[in-house]
Amino acid sequence: MIEIENVSKWYGPHQVLKGCSLSVKKGETLVVCGPSGSGKSTLLKCVNGLEKFEEGKITVERTSVGDPSTNLPRLRSKIGMVFQNFELFPHMTALDNVCLGQNKVLRRSKAESVSRSMALLERVGLADHASKYPGQLSGGQAQRVAIARALGMDPVAMLFDEPTSALDPEMISEVLDVMIELARDGMTMMVVTHEMGFARKVATHIVFMDHGAIIEDVPKETFFSSPGVRAQAFLSKLLSH
Amino acid sequence: MFGNFDFQVIVRWAPLLAEGMALSLLLTGIAIIGGVVLGAVLAIMRLSPSRLLSWPSGFYVNFFRSIPLILVIFWFYFSVPIVIGRPVGSFYSVLIAFTMFEAAYYCEIIRAGIMSVGRGQSAAAQAIGLSSFQAATSVILPQAFRNMLPVLLTRSIVMFQDTSLVYVVGLRDFMTTADIVATRENRIVEMYLFAAVVYLAICFAGSMWARSLQRKYAI
Repeated sequence: MIEIENVSKWYGPHQVLKGCSLSVKKGETLVVCGPSGSGKSTLLKCVNGLEKFEEGKITVERTSVGDPSTNLPRLRSKIGMVFQNFELFPHMTALDNVCLGQNKVLRRSKAESVSRSMALLERVGLADHASKYPGQLSGGQAQRVAIARALGMDPVAMLFDEPTSALDPEMISEVLDVMIELARDGMTMMVVTHEMGFARKVATHIVFMDHGAIIEDVPKETFFSSPGVRAQAFLSKLLSH
Repeated sequence: MFGNFDFQVIVRWAPLLAEGMALSLLLTGIAIIGGVVLGAVLAIMRLSPSRLLSWPSGFYVNFFRSIPLILVIFWFYFSVPIVIGRPVGSFYSVLIAFTMFEAAYYCEIIRAGIMSVGRGQSAAAQAIGLSSFQAATSVILPQAFRNMLPVLLTRSIVMFQDTSLVYVVGLRDFMTTADIVATRENRIVEMYLFAAVVYLAICFAGSMWARSLQRKYAI
């Protein structure tokens, strides 16, 4: 589904991604972790072309992201993305946020996009909040609306960029629960997160990054039972709190 | 203290004063529309990564913001007929002058409004597959417009006051008309007082409207 081959990226002289390769197969959940500044989010954003990369190749369902002839808006419409800061459109209600892409990109009728969006809001437990504006929602609610917005496009894969790190602790689980359910329903997911509990529950494999390079790419069991030296140091810092 | 004053003069000259006000309002209205449209084009040019677009727009803005409006009015009064090859009348030359002058200010207001919308918003718009044009019209500009509305209206109120400068090319706006009446009837205090009250009322109402719009569209 998602194939990343030898991807490198520079900001001026500074190399932020160093020959990264990984693959996510249909129905798998990949968790990407690592210290901040290790390039996890940058790599994730390369997958739907929000960030450019200079070397290597990324394909999503055999469509090359870096190819200039690729219709990026069309490709992006098939890949859901959830941001750290939700990025709901503040001038629209929750329902309109979920409908926008369906109307404008998928050209669904108003009635159809509303009924699908309401079903999705129901699924993330927010049908009662459909007519609220993002400013009236809590962080956890906003992030669930953002997940519904991404799902409204019937994506083939979902990208999550630290979806819980801007949330208050008591709201983290309501978002993770939605993500766990998605993973169990067979959605293909690439998740940048520090939530190791989530990783333990649903990850199929785990990638550990440091200084722009992929240090480990192993099945979940291996990662938690016998992590490499750097991953171990990282894990012990997470767990010591 | 108003015992010696004759405010009847306002009633006697009401038709002429109304004509002056009509000119002031018409000039302000058309220049707002023209200025915002031209200003939006300039703002989009100025935000473009292409220097070929951003540089001319930057030059335009800095140029018009560095010279007094009255000078621009004079210039267009004398130069427009030369460029077009025939006289266009004071009103049209003044209209072009105001539109082009105000566009420089509107450009900066619109640019600031667009920049006030976080970068994450355009990323989110792109991520659901919107084209750049769709992202601009559905996501970025509606928010930018809300953010810039109060400043845009404040600038327009200032422009309404500035229309009094058209007297230099012989146009009769509200202020000029009040001045003519004041001199002819020798009722200077009454007329200037009246003009001040009218400007105050209109501009105050405008400010209130700006504030209520801001509250209504607050995000």
